[in-house]
Amino acid sequence: MKEATLLVFRGDSNGGQTIAYRVPVAPGMVVLDALHHIQGHLAPDLAVRWNCKAGKCGSCSAEVNGRPRLTCKTRMDDLPQDQPITVLPMKSFPRIKDLVTDVSWNYRVNRKIPPFEPRKGVEWKISQLDVDRVQEFRKCIECFLCQDVCHVLREHDKQEQFAGPRFFVRIAGLEMHPLDGRHRAALLKDQLGLGLCNITKCCTEVCPEEIRITDNAIIPLKERVVDEFYDPLTMLFRKVRGQ
Amino acid sequence: MAGVPTSLPESRLGSTLRGDAWWMEILAVVIVLGGFGAYATLRAFENAYYFWGPYLSPFYSPLIDPQHHWWPFSPALLILVGPLGFRATCYYYRKAYYRAFFFDPPACAVGESARRNYRGETAFPFILQNVHRYFFYLAVLFIAFLWRDAFRSFFFEGRFGVGVGTLVLTLNVSLLSLYTFSCHSLRHLAGGKLDCFSCATFGRPRFAAWRVSTFLNERHMLFAWCSLVSVGFADFYVRMVACGTFRDLRLL
Amino acid sequence: MTTNYETREHDVLVIGAGGAGLRASLEALAQGASVGVICKSLLGKAHTVMAEGGIAAAMAHVDSADNWKTHFRDTMRGGKLLNNWRMAQLHAQESPERVRELEQWGALFDRTEKGDILQRAFGGHTFKRLCHVGDRTGLEMIRTLQDRGVQQGIDVYMECTVTRLLTDGGRVTGAFAYWREAGRFIVFKAKAIVIATGGIGKAWRITSNSWEYTGDGMALAYEAGAELMDMEFVQFHPTGMVWPPGVQGILVTEAVRGEGGILRNKAGERFMEKYDPKRMELSTRDVVARSIYTEVKEGRGTEHGGAYLDISHKAAEYVKKKLPSMYHQFKELADVDITKGPMEVGPTCHYMMGGIRVEAETAQSTISGLFAAGEAAAGLHGSNRLGGNSLSDLLVFGRRAGLAAAEYAKRASASSFDNSQIDQAEKELLAPFSNSGTESPYAVQRDLQEVMQNLVGIYRTKEDLEKALVELGKLKVRTAKASVEGSRLFNPGWHLSYDLKAMLIVSEAVTLSALARTESRGAHSRIDYPNVDPVWEKKHNIIVRESGAMKRRESPLEAMPEDLQQILAEDRS
Repeated sequence: MKEATLLVFRGDSNGGQTIAYRVPVAPGMVVLDALHHIQGHLAPDLAVRWNCKAGKCGSCSAEVNGRPRLTCKTRMDDLPQDQPITVLPMKSFPRIKDLVTDVSWNYRVNRKIPPFEPRKGVEWKISQLDVDRVQEFRKCIECFLCQDVCHVLREHDKQEQFAGPRFFVRIAGLEMHPLDGRHRAALLKDQLGLGLCNITKCCTEVCPEEIRITDNAIIPLKERVVDEFYDPLTMLFRKVRGQ
Repeated sequence: MAGVPTSLPESRLGSTLRGDAWWMEILAVVIVLGGFGAYATLRAFENAYYFWGPYLSPFYSPLIDPQHHWWPFSPALLILVGPLGFRATCYYYRKAYYRAFFFDPPACAVGESARRNYRGETAFPFILQNVHRYFFYLAVLFIAFLWRDAFRSFFFEGRFGVGVGTLVLTLNVSLLSLYTFSCHSLRHLAGGKLDCFSCATFGRPRFAAWRVSTFLNERHMLFAWCSLVSVGFADFYVRMVACGTFRDLRLL
Repeated sequence: MTTNYETREHDVLVIGAGGAGLRASLEALAQGASVGVICKSLLGKAHTVMAEGGIAAAMAHVDSADNWKTHFRDTMRGGKLLNNWRMAQLHAQESPERVRELEQWGALFDRTEKGDILQRAFGGHTFKRLCHVGDRTGLEMIRTLQDRGVQQGIDVYMECTVTRLLTDGGRVTGAFAYWREAGRFIVFKAKAIVIATGGIGKAWRITSNSWEYTGDGMALAYEAGAELMDMEFVQFHPTGMVWPPGVQGILVTEAVRGEGGILRNKAGERFMEKYDPKRMELSTRDVVARSIYTEVKEGRGTEHGGAYLDISHKAAEYVKKKLPSMYHQFKELADVDITKGPMEVGPTCHYMMGGIRVEAETAQSTISGLFAAGEAAAGLHGSNRLGGNSLSDLLVFGRRAGLAAAEYAKRASASSFDNSQIDQAEKELLAPFSNSGTESPYAVQRDLQEVMQNLVGIYRTKEDLEKALVELGKLKVRTAKASVEGSRLFNPGWHLSYDLKAMLIVSEAVTLSALARTESRGAHSRIDYPNVDPVWEKKHNIIVRESGAMKRRESPLEAMPEDLQQILAEDRS
């Protein structure tokens, strides 16, 4: 049977190093299978998060050969066979142990977002054409790979001022909900740091659900912030109409 | 089975474990965008060879005060701010040049240099990106002039005709139109800003408009590069014909 | 030996943060209770996200003839009349309202032309009944509940495992748990506890379940003295992936068949014509699973030991729109384009119909202060669950459990318990660190999965089940000796050594019950007793702990009232 070498990060918040493991390669095997093999046979205390193993829960995020990926969807046969495969924890989050990082920051950010609130007296009929656009955002499986790759968090550590692509996607889903009555533009501008995003699109590139985060969520939200705060004509128009 | 421990690389500019040629993309952008910038600057200041027969270079259109009654410099400088501003604040080009010229980031999951306080688009000068839609309005005006130029290029001394230059100018304005009308701001204004297409006034036509602009917008990057090349080439062609290096071939 | 532990106090403590746990939390919170919810994984990762096809609710948006009575009848017939009729009734009556409620909290289902929630056909349902969002209905549901929970101020304890319920004079008053991350201990004081820990699938080798589904909740309840019921009914979903090996068991949604998918054997025969000519591919899951199993066993299986499931006769765009995650799953994991060719599928251990015995109205278990909902509870589905009935189960009985727990907490006195229970729980949990020897919990788990897969699978015999009991006994001894290496910091080997204990309890309960039920009914098929036995139609198997050992009892079914009997008798075509 073919074999592959994995260089897996072993360590905790105090530091660590990558350690090499030899793993047999079966047809159709994914990196998570290899990690399970290591757990089951070589290093029982290797810490790794996973759940569904089918790309639906977003638990097994890591950086495979330098790229943020879901390990359950990264096929071994798509990686160069002749070199070791490096598997590191997500860089943007504090390390806990091995491939497990502390992602609790995301849950704290989520709390700042005002929930869906239907417009007063709205009739509960929704057209599919209004649903289609929002459903894209609701595909998000919260793997946090977009948060990991976003340089505002990864390189500039703006966790305090910046919500990150995941939560712009969530807000886009609320803002464009056909029955929602709230406005979140001020929140986006002042508290969630939408302006810190310089639309370099890495979030879109890594999204395993293929949500077009930049074009369909972030840029439309930026345009909504412009409507509210930067476009003199729209602002004037709104004033005249008394809105 | 555990083998030799290897320590992790430090984070610095360009540090990554990616094994692919991630720098290719920014290299291409630097060459094409940088090359275009240099060429356009030279041409804008050249103040010569910008028309021949019915052809007018897109760098000089609309042509304002070519006789220097009140503007002593190249007429291109008067109009440059329109197309330049539109492209500089474009949501696609922003990605390209933040990556290629500012290394912010150089590529996905590639390290940046440790440095200054990052402000993104929240402070001067990049906060000005928010006026992109006004440059779009301006760009539409330019597109109208360029269609006029393309129309004129079909008439040689009052008679209908088609030269290679006619095709160059027409193709150029077509690509520029596709680029302009695939703009993210337009997509928003056309219908994207609505929350409920089925319940807003004129919701259905605006939904249709949003769908069309979405279709175009998905190809915005393609149009951005194609039209950049075509506008440079259109100017280059007019210049070469005007200075006599090329002879414009008449097809009809 | 008491190590330091932190203590938290809640009126209502919910164990499990899937659909049922979150719905229970929201309801308890709405009643004014202080609520804590514990989950083994991160919030929002529970198996509810894997539910793809939809939520069954008789809303009659597509088929106007649908109503709760038909849904009730379908559920009872699907469960071969072993269901708790009152639960089936409440479920059918309340699920439309629970679905509407989800939309008011922000969920967005696919729509009909008129702007109502769209419904699709599913196995065993007379009408088009499943409200859905493409093939990611469960994700929509859990995200909606999760975001609402976070907003409403539920305290969430993520990556935390409860290993013991604390009791005081026969009443459940708290729970002992550890943080998976740091390995530190935490003790919860609670007036009422809701168990919503889901199923037990991880005890089988081929399963759609993740590492979490080790039967913890059932084991906790059992150890605290609560009764488990109908444990022999384990649902094998007819369609799991069979190739490549790494993805074996991963679910292929029933929505593929709901949207018109056709099952064929190696020879290209549409074999469901033989087994259920009337309902064909949309027969109940037990029937379809057995049919595929039989085809393979008799040599008509595919290359990798499954059946072909084909949806490629539908337009490619339609398939991608209605089954997007299936399209990606096969494309990325198996190199199969389902819009062009068939999938290879085979049965996979999927769902537990049995579980903690509960009262229909309140979801209270047989001991006071302990409630259960969702897959961890028994009753609603009888001997076989219809697809789509689990998501509605989570909402209907999650809410009822939360409501009843909060009301119970209002009346209950403050929580108290004897601290010696904590000392004992600590000692037990830390034992694997002091065990010498080389027994690996992973090896024990692999062997357990083989035993359950081979001896307590789709088809069962007396010999196999008796052999399984012997093997389980050996595995119990090995588990007690299992040792772990490393520290308490996020140590999966250590975590597994506790999970194994729970898996062994539920595995034994399943095997004991399966051995006793000398008939074939729903998901329980005995080769040596291939027919339905009217005597067994009248009784449940009950598992309970008595003086430290597992005991099985039988308990008669409650008589169904006249009006429900009439509904059931209608349309007996």
